[in-house]
Amino acid sequence: MAPSTYDGVAAVLALLVLLTEFAMLRAPLLRSQVRLYAFQSFVVTGLATYVAASKHIDELYALASLSLVLKVVIVPSLIVRLLRDADTDLAGSSVLGVASSILIALVVAAFGFFAVGSLHVSSSSLPTSSLAISCAIVLVAFVLIILRSDVVSQAIGFFSLENGVSVASLVVATRLPLIVDIAFLFDLLVAVVVFGVIMRVHHARNATLSTSDFDRLRG
Amino acid sequence: MSSLVLVLVCLPFATALVTWMTPVRFSQYLTIAVAMVTFALTLVLLPRVSHSVVTTGSVFRVDALSQVFLLAVSFLYATTALFVKGYLALGDGASARRYGRRFYAGLNLFCWTLITVPLVNGLALLWVALEITTVISALLVALDDTEGAAEAAWKYVLLASLGLGIALFATIMMYYAGTGVHGASYSLSYSTLLSGAARYDPGVIHFSFVLAVLGYGTKMGLFPVHTWLPDAHSEAPTPVSALLSGALLAVSFYAILRFFQIAVLSVGPTFPRDVLLVFGVATLLLAALYLLSQRDMKRLLAYSSVEHMGILAVGMSFGAPIAVVGVLLQVLAHAAAKGTAFFGVGSVVRKFGTKDMAKIRGGVGALPWSGPMLVLAVLALSAMPPFGIFRSEFDIVYGGLLEPRDVIVAIFVVLVILAFFGLSWFTTETMLSPDPSGTQISGGAVLVAKGEVSNWIVSAMVIGLVALLILGVHPPTPLVHLLDHAAFELRGKP
Repeated sequence: MAPSTYDGVAAVLALLVLLTEFAMLRAPLLRSQVRLYAFQSFVVTGLATYVAASKHIDELYALASLSLVLKVVIVPSLIVRLLRDADTDLAGSSVLGVASSILIALVVAAFGFFAVGSLHVSSSSLPTSSLAISCAIVLVAFVLIILRSDVVSQAIGFFSLENGVSVASLVVATRLPLIVDIAFLFDLLVAVVVFGVIMRVHHARNATLSTSDFDRLRG
Repeated sequence: MSSLVLVLVCLPFATALVTWMTPVRFSQYLTIAVAMVTFALTLVLLPRVSHSVVTTGSVFRVDALSQVFLLAVSFLYATTALFVKGYLALGDGASARRYGRRFYAGLNLFCWTLITVPLVNGLALLWVALEITTVISALLVALDDTEGAAEAAWKYVLLASLGLGIALFATIMMYYAGTGVHGASYSLSYSTLLSGAARYDPGVIHFSFVLAVLGYGTKMGLFPVHTWLPDAHSEAPTPVSALLSGALLAVSFYAILRFFQIAVLSVGPTFPRDVLLVFGVATLLLAALYLLSQRDMKRLLAYSSVEHMGILAVGMSFGAPIAVVGVLLQVLAHAAAKGTAFFGVGSVVRKFGTKDMAKIRGGVGALPWSGPMLVLAVLALSAMPPFGIFRSEFDIVYGGLLEPRDVIVAIFVVLVILAFFGLSWFTTETMLSPDPSGTQISGGAVLVAKGEVSNWIVSAMVIGLVALLILGVHPPTPLVHLLDHAAFELRGKP
């Protein structure tokens, strides 16, 4: 059976979220990473709105607008303000070059995609391939966090992982109690504040946002 | 009874608000009083939930399993409140006052979140409550504002948040598994999930359970996602280390047990047990080896916590009812023993001004009460009779032999003995080796005068040791009923 327009649009939006994740892997400037995160969150918000409109799920509109305000506007602007104070532009050099990072991410994403695809999960709200894509997004976010060595990239990695989980929740648990989704979004806001406090402490002490000197505690 | 649950939730939260605004001297006594009342209320709740479930609205629910963890958390809350009174030596300056206010508000807020985790009804609220524990405890780890604290807090907040991201994925998959039975829109409450679990899609449950063990296992300190734990435990203020170790790891294990309970009903016991076995043995092996090479007292205790979390996972994998009872008793005994050990280390650190074991000698001579009690607490952690952990680990091993899983039991015993060597070697070296005033001491040790840091610390340690003795020698009958019933619940009956 040929996929419907709805399935096609949803899969394309989910794929766009994954591609943005790859773009983050190669972005050399911290600011461009924050912008990519804002764009990624915007796409996730668009996906939520699209599901809400197509499936007539009104709660999702509330979630989408909240996510628009928090993830597209507030969180990125908080991080940009932090960057202005820190006066650092370049992301911490990756442990590997861009080409190797992307290759590793491709392998990891393919693993996630096919592993979840083999579960044969069927959903009434979105095409199942979107669940496999969301798992790939989560795994590539892990690659980003592992390979980058500065606190901003690692924090952005975590926030984009949350976008991946949001896509998964839109795919298989559209009607998950709204309270959880909203609590999750507010948690994100609190997490930004906690990340911000720790980043500030770290920067004030070491005049850097790099995590390369986070090697005192070992063993 | 249901209003009692509300009081349990509200009291620590209100205390956190009050301590934020009041002078530290008042906050100290208020926290002690509230923590004692909280523990007393938990004891009042005990006989009731040993045989039935207490619910308050749709948000809170206490059964025997949650009561076990509630007991561990509230006991540690009470003893930590006593310990802090003796441990915190704040000056009169404005910065000291600010630190004291932040510390007490943070401590009460942290205990509030820890108490809320076992009280909430359902996997969704459970996730929300555990996420709040991360946020607050990360700030508490960073509170001392040292370079080490910033590094530890960063690793902790990043890894724990990632773990919780995976745990949310697990929760979403569990929700999806239930949509075929309960319809597209339902609440993730335990009673709903347990009533329908037998009809869930096994493939999705397998995936969800592995994700839950990985995600919540990050907060519990399971290998390979344990790396934040030694750093956070060693760099946090000592009272926070005690709570992280005895309570936070336990409530994270509680979250895994809730998934376990549903998975057993859905896919049978073999798969969930095998998953826990793999993670448990790997964790135990890692901790036993690392315990042999520690030089920092708090890191030593942190690796001992990793070891005990491995024991809990292996114990659950044995599956025999007596092993499960042993696991739950271990949760209680570990909270008491690890709390007491951290209080003792806090006393040593205050006395000697260092955590470096190479510089600490003659601890028992310098600290006539807390020194010997620290040695006893470490022996209790190493499962020496007559303390509670001896009884719990005996139950676990006995359960393993009944199953029978002889090879695993043999590996388990060898690793526990290895951990015992690491723990007791370094502790006896620092605490029992000759006094620095003697002639045999080599250079580098810190010289201190004899005498206790504070009687409050001593009293907190006495309570911890008495509790360990009671758990080991003769656990009270209501507690035995509670543990039996909780183990019965974990067999997967709705």
